[in-house]
Amino acid sequence: MPHTMPNLSRRAFGRLALASSAAAFGGALGAGYARAATPKGEPIKVGILHSLSGTMAISETTLKDVMLMLIAEQNRKGGLLGRPLEPVVVDPASNWPLFAEKARQLLSVDKASAVFGCWTSVSRKSVLPVFEELNGILFYPVQYEGQECSRNIFYTGAAPNQQAIPAVDYLLSEDGGGAKRFALVGTDYIYPRTTNQILVSYLKSKGIADEDIMVNYTPFGQSDWQTIVSQIKAFGAAGKKTAVVSTINGDANVPFYKELGNQGISATDLPVMAFSVGEEELAGMDTKPLVGQLAAWNYFESIDTPANAAFIKQWHAYTKQPKRTTNDPMEAHYIGFNMWVQAVTKAGTTDHDKVIDAMVGIRQPNLTGGVAEMLPDHHLTKPVFIGEIQDDGQFSVVWKTPALVPGQAWSPWVAQTKDLIGDWRQPIACGNYNSATKTCLSHKHA
Amino acid sequence: MRKLGLACLLAALCLGGGLGGSSARADDFSGLASPQFEDVSASITALAANGSAQADAALQALEAHHLFSGADGALFIHAGEVCQNARTGEATTCPEEGLKPVRVNNRIRKVLAGVQAVRELSAPQPEERIKAAETFYTRHDAALLPALDNALSSEKVPAVREKLMQAHAATVLAQPPAEGAQAARLKAVGFLAEVGGLEARGLLAGVAANVGEAPDVRHAAQSAVSRIDWHLRVWSVLQNAFYGLSYGSVLLLAATGLAITFGVMGVINMAHGEMMMIGAYVTWLVQQGIKMTVPALEPFAILIAIPVAFVVCGGIGVVIERSLIRFLYGRPLETLLATWGLSLVLQQVIRSLFGPTNIAVQTPAWLSGSIALGGLDITLNRLAILVFAGLVLGGLMLVLRRTPLGLQMRAVTQNRRMAALMGIRTPKVDALAFGLGAGLAGLAGVAVSQIDNVSPNLGQSYIIDSFMVVVFGGVGNLWGTLAAAMALGMGGKVLEPTIGAVSAKIAILVLVIAYIQRHPRGMFPVRGRGIES
Repeated sequence: MPHTMPNLSRRAFGRLALASSAAAFGGALGAGYARAATPKGEPIKVGILHSLSGTMAISETTLKDVMLMLIAEQNRKGGLLGRPLEPVVVDPASNWPLFAEKARQLLSVDKASAVFGCWTSVSRKSVLPVFEELNGILFYPVQYEGQECSRNIFYTGAAPNQQAIPAVDYLLSEDGGGAKRFALVGTDYIYPRTTNQILVSYLKSKGIADEDIMVNYTPFGQSDWQTIVSQIKAFGAAGKKTAVVSTINGDANVPFYKELGNQGISATDLPVMAFSVGEEELAGMDTKPLVGQLAAWNYFESIDTPANAAFIKQWHAYTKQPKRTTNDPMEAHYIGFNMWVQAVTKAGTTDHDKVIDAMVGIRQPNLTGGVAEMLPDHHLTKPVFIGEIQDDGQFSVVWKTPALVPGQAWSPWVAQTKDLIGDWRQPIACGNYNSATKTCLSHKHA
Repeated sequence: MRKLGLACLLAALCLGGGLGGSSARADDFSGLASPQFEDVSASITALAANGSAQADAALQALEAHHLFSGADGALFIHAGEVCQNARTGEATTCPEEGLKPVRVNNRIRKVLAGVQAVRELSAPQPEERIKAAETFYTRHDAALLPALDNALSSEKVPAVREKLMQAHAATVLAQPPAEGAQAARLKAVGFLAEVGGLEARGLLAGVAANVGEAPDVRHAAQSAVSRIDWHLRVWSVLQNAFYGLSYGSVLLLAATGLAITFGVMGVINMAHGEMMMIGAYVTWLVQQGIKMTVPALEPFAILIAIPVAFVVCGGIGVVIERSLIRFLYGRPLETLLATWGLSLVLQQVIRSLFGPTNIAVQTPAWLSGSIALGGLDITLNRLAILVFAGLVLGGLMLVLRRTPLGLQMRAVTQNRRMAALMGIRTPKVDALAFGLGAGLAGLAGVAVSQIDNVSPNLGQSYIIDSFMVVVFGGVGNLWGTLAAAMALGMGGKVLEPTIGAVSAKIAILVLVIAYIQRHPRGMFPVRGRGIES
């Protein structure tokens, strides 16, 4: 298990340590690069709004680290517009109202040119009014439930049609086992509820009957899965091929998988497709009983491309932990940050309105191949991969979408939103445009 | 798109074979090198039928992840330093680059398991043949019927015969009904009805619902289903009772330490959960230490961790009492705030030392899996925790009732001044009692590390439940803690399947609040003058 002692000292020493570690990093890798001109002038501030304490620290601390790495790298390449980038790290401590407060501080006190942050949907919902009021820019790096399209937020994670729908398509296919019966298991909050609403309506359109769909919700941090796993087992023994779709969040996953293993459920009998389990979560588990369980993401550490290999190498060198894993939201931040750099360069200024307008259409190569493009609804085009858990805690990709999938802010599988689109270009300039009635519901968000 | 890709691939293979006469030719092996799982699957089936020594070797290598494909469809068995051509078995040198493992997914694993089961059906050991028959029982593959018939005709061991008959019946029933098969199907229904269980129920329900089935077969299946359902219902009540007991035992373990610090000493210790968390981290440290020093003892590291966690957490408890708690006796609000602050400090210290992510505490093999007891499925780690909770409670009772420390603790709780006048050094008793509570939390941490994730947040998920158990059971009464833990555990597990986990949690909370309103001292109030003050 990697120790993260360097993080604390870096945080504690703040900018000084950051600068020195950036210098050390630059020194380590610098030999191969032509050193760019040292950036001068007033620094451009980049806000980092990730929980470093509390329940979400487990996931979000990594994203803070990757942002610091990207910013250090950019400064080494000569900064942005000839000016240095300065990270402003705040800790919203997994406390949703505190997210809004810290966002307000980043925008009005620190005057951050862009903010990279949030993990849970509730934290994003809590900062959204602040970003719209103060006209800030937020890059949100996590797969989410969709049904939102704000002018001030760029959604660099997957929308449901870039994760959930392709994942279910795989389960329905011959290679995925041809499932005819589905247990949708999730934590009780907005992301699983919305995703499952979309999935139920999608499954029905594929001819799955009502009685072949089971939906179950559990509280946050559920640790006793005995009854629910035995319910799933009974549901799966009805003579039809059954699959489980899991939107279980965070910490609750480990006891869930442990219980599956203990009750003798293997992936060949009852595959579990997870949307919130990545390399980080697996780091805390013995994955031998889980071999073959599935996850759908837009990035896997195991994908073998030169760009990904370079990114992983850079990450290991930066964190000084040769085994620290990379994951999907990290790639989302990588793409989002580089797109923002391009947009600022294109606009020639960090003015929020000009950068927001410059963002649409920006293209940035993915780490896993293909090019991500910022769409008019502030979502990205992404490849979708299905990975199977291996005994070394990594995923092996067993399926990928043939082409990049453009993200849809509004789901066509939900009756109320099937006609809605987001398009922040002129002349529509609307996040919830009804393409049937040709009206904009509101010029703010939904 | 994928069809096109396949066509291209085949064309390339044929072209390669035609022109260069290289190793790539369309034989039973060639599908293995394909990126399409369909081809891999077809190739495995062909190789299993092929039966040559090389085919078997290739399949075994595939199961062991030792089979690799080269650039031009060449296949290699590459294990350690050794490299063989998979087609010929000749030793060769594997190419340095471009070697890819043959792709395996759940579909391929399933096909492989089938092939392996067919092989095991003729194994000399009866246990392996039973295992193979059990695989067939859940597979229902018509293609395997001849193999099963063949095995049945030569099988002598009754236990294996029994399993084979079950597999045969299940496979027969899973096929669509055909002309003249009625008698055989009726027999199979009768057989499966005897077997019972979820798998049989699923098959029989399918038969009962199939309109193409003969009426008497459907009728027999239907009555079999209702009989199995009745059995399953009885077993599920027992199973749920076990889940309730096991959940209750986790609550009990988490709450016993608190029953001492809060129940006996009256200290509201919000850092109690963090003591559990430290206990879990100690378990991990012990495991890592033993792995590095005496690997042979690794499966028993968890047992060694028990006393270590108790001592470490107990020691920390004593330090906390001496440096913080003792200044706050009689000031519950300040104690609450100070210990809550302490819990945040401890969390952040662990987060800085070990990182924010989960750490992997290993579950030894003897604690993994489950045993079947009739229709019950008893998971071993839960059973171990149940027993452990009982031992801890028993041990604590002994300490309180039979040792001088226990006597002094009880004396101090009942009347502090009188005890002091009798010559009991109350500060020492306070420190030891708090240490005992913290040590017990450490023991709970060892147990919880086997079922929950170990991260700096571990304690937070248990603190509320622990307080609820202690208050509900009656402050200061260990039997009350036991009764409350079991009542809450059972209650939760009875409600969960019917109203869902979220509502069950709310319902339990409401019930406890309602009960506390009527009986503020909990289920087993301690009576006496000392308590009033």
